[in-house]
Amino acid sequence: MSLKRNKLTHVVLNNTPLLLFTLLFIIFGLVAPKSLDYQSLENAVKQASYVGIIAVGMTFVLLTGGIDLSVGSNMYVSAAVAGLAMQHYSIGPWLALVLCLFVGSAFGAVNAFAVAKLKIMPFVVTLAMMVTGRGIGLMFSKSRAVNFPDSVTGLGSAELFGLIPYPIVVFAGVVFCAWLLLERTALGRQIYAVGFSKEAARKAGVSTDRALVTAYVLCGVFASLGGFISVAQLGNVNAGFGKGDEFDAIAAAVLGGVSLFGGAGRVFPGVVLGAVFIQAISIGLVSARVDLYLHPLIAAAFIFLAVLIDSLRNTYLAKLNRRNIRVEE
Amino acid sequence: MNEWEVEFDHISKSFFGIRALSDVTFSVGKGQTLGLIGENGAGKSTLMNILGGVFEQDEGSIRLFGNEYNPSCPADATHAGIAFIHQELNLFTNLSIADNLFIDSFPRLGKSPFIDKSRLHKRAVDLLSSVDLHISAGTPVEMLTPGERQLVEIARAISQDARVIIFDEPTTSLTAVERKRLFDIIKRLQDQGRTIIYISHTLEDVLQVSDAIAVLRDGCLVSIGPARKYTIDRMISDMVGRRIEQMYPARRTAPGSAALLEVEGVTQPGIVRDISFKLHENEVLGIFGLMGSGRSELASITFGLDSRRTGRISIRAKDTAGSSPVMSIHNGLAFVTENRHQEGLLMEASVSENLYLTSLRKFTRLGPARIINRSEALESANRIAETLRIKSGPINKQKVKNLSGGNQQKVVIGKWLLTEPDVLILDEPTRGIDVGAKYEIYATINKLAEEGVGILYISSELEELTGMCDRILVMSNGEMRAEFARLDFDQEKILQAAFSGRAGYCTPSENGEN
Repeated sequence: MSLKRNKLTHVVLNNTPLLLFTLLFIIFGLVAPKSLDYQSLENAVKQASYVGIIAVGMTFVLLTGGIDLSVGSNMYVSAAVAGLAMQHYSIGPWLALVLCLFVGSAFGAVNAFAVAKLKIMPFVVTLAMMVTGRGIGLMFSKSRAVNFPDSVTGLGSAELFGLIPYPIVVFAGVVFCAWLLLERTALGRQIYAVGFSKEAARKAGVSTDRALVTAYVLCGVFASLGGFISVAQLGNVNAGFGKGDEFDAIAAAVLGGVSLFGGAGRVFPGVVLGAVFIQAISIGLVSARVDLYLHPLIAAAFIFLAVLIDSLRNTYLAKLNRRNIRVEE
Repeated sequence: MNEWEVEFDHISKSFFGIRALSDVTFSVGKGQTLGLIGENGAGKSTLMNILGGVFEQDEGSIRLFGNEYNPSCPADATHAGIAFIHQELNLFTNLSIADNLFIDSFPRLGKSPFIDKSRLHKRAVDLLSSVDLHISAGTPVEMLTPGERQLVEIARAISQDARVIIFDEPTTSLTAVERKRLFDIIKRLQDQGRTIIYISHTLEDVLQVSDAIAVLRDGCLVSIGPARKYTIDRMISDMVGRRIEQMYPARRTAPGSAALLEVEGVTQPGIVRDISFKLHENEVLGIFGLMGSGRSELASITFGLDSRRTGRISIRAKDTAGSSPVMSIHNGLAFVTENRHQEGLLMEASVSENLYLTSLRKFTRLGPARIINRSEALESANRIAETLRIKSGPINKQKVKNLSGGNQQKVVIGKWLLTEPDVLILDEPTRGIDVGAKYEIYATINKLAEEGVGILYISSELEELTGMCDRILVMSNGEMRAEFARLDFDQEKILQAAFSGRAGYCTPSENGEN
């Protein structure tokens, strides 16, 4: 009997994103039914895709038990470099994308080196990179906005087969790749192992460095990709580009059930739901005509709920795992 | 049987000048199960850690499967075919059983990076059935019971093709059924030609599974021979033996009659059952128990760190229901924890900061503003450091982490003395410290008892308890087994009582369960 109860608790605690999402749907369905029609949903997913892509990258880092605060600055630097290259060397949009991703991965590689090899705390490393990255970007752009030609902005509004907006297609591709890597490769499972305990992973013969480097570099690549997609929709990069996006990405991952303690959480459906969730809240609140000043508070309440459940989950697991010294009959 | 799998040849090892192993020589045959027994601190773990690549011996050599063997890290040992199944299992509870089995060697689809799911599944099922675990390989380990987790770890050892498997105290958290299943599996492993080293305090189990038994005492091999030549009585007398009497300072007062601490019927399921005792003024009351007997857990519950389901704890006849550590300190309790590095000290802080940490309240001024009077606090800390003869530089500059083990322990004790407690709980206060510092701590304990403090002295060192205590309570399996007054102290009887609960697997009520 107690095992059954354990199982139920397990199912609930391991599927919090889905449950929260359902809860949100029910609330909005009652308060603002209009926010649930196809157009608004497509909008929510489209707007969620760039934060979603960054959140997928962030998930890798969070799974190892780390954090990456530098993704916002990474977006800025890599997009600004790509934009300036287009202006000055008139390269095409695809080459600009490659350049953007290259800068993003280099950014991630610096984080990876400092965390894995120099063994500096991820929070400190990425905080420093957040400031450094912003500084480098401002230096390159002389703090002026970098405008992108139509060849880029055209991509932002294009649709695959005239049906699905490209940002959503890219988002889906990123999610699929991440899922494949995390669930179906040894490296992916080892990232989970490292997040559970670095020491235990090392003892079990896992290369912790490889797992860490993969996580930070991928986080960097996905941050720059997310940045590029955002640029394709906005048309320019100003000095504040990407600022605060790191927190949206972390919030999306956490809402999606990724544990800040490392080792737990899934890209699909978790993080996807988390990213859509954040956008859906703001769209839903607008169509429900909720006072604009209340939006951040309500979004914060949901995030708080998600983090609270994460913490409960850990307490619960700790309790389950506590070693009994007596066998009670 | 001339085929030796593991040969220890004159192994010696010291830690900070304290000898943990001296000149240990013996061998284990192929397909044999060797029961390795000894009191806590006899050197069992040290020896196994040398075999497992955690420590390196100072002298001597090991031969494994006939070849020279010198592991420099645990991975080397795994590679050489040694698996160590620890008491605290080493599994990734966030991952599935299959992931845990193959975390460093996933079967892949050809040369691609992708996991071959069907092969993974098939191999996992094979391994699990070889340890009689019939659970889906995709189940997360966090949903398994301790017994099932242990089987997963054994399956992992098999998958790594371990030829020598070390079990450290494997039955402590198992039910009677799981225990029987474990023994069947050990037998099967042995039939496959694997060698088992089985460490346990449960002597009945050791007798049951072993072909040969080796007894260690104070780092020396006392006896080794076929299991049939051993009885439980012989095992215990070999483990205790005769030892050089240590010097314990004399105390000038006798225990008073007023009870300071009363514990009545304390029960916490899975931890302790129906514990009752009284601690009096001027008394040093020992609690003896083996590893996993519940002695430290009892201390945590008494201090309010862990919860209890039923039972009453009162200090000076005042009930402390629902108490927290803060309340306990306020009520005059102090607790020197077992693990000074993680629980007892702020390693990076200075000696003085550690000393006045728990009594900061006493050194505040300006009324409700509660500003700390640093000079007064430092003065008190200095006084206590002098009384305890803590060897340190200027105590407000010297970091605790740079002190020796003995002096660190004095800092922990000093910290609690500053709170002027009525009851002092000491959990393994002399573990890992040198003889000189031990003596000084004994003297401090005596002085406190003379001043009226009640001392609850928890230890796994029997010698020390019989030297220091007025009474000794013996715990086993989370229950109080026996009480000995100073005149009746007899190490052999005390040890027998400590082992007693372990035979309790066969009590009628539990048999009914099968």
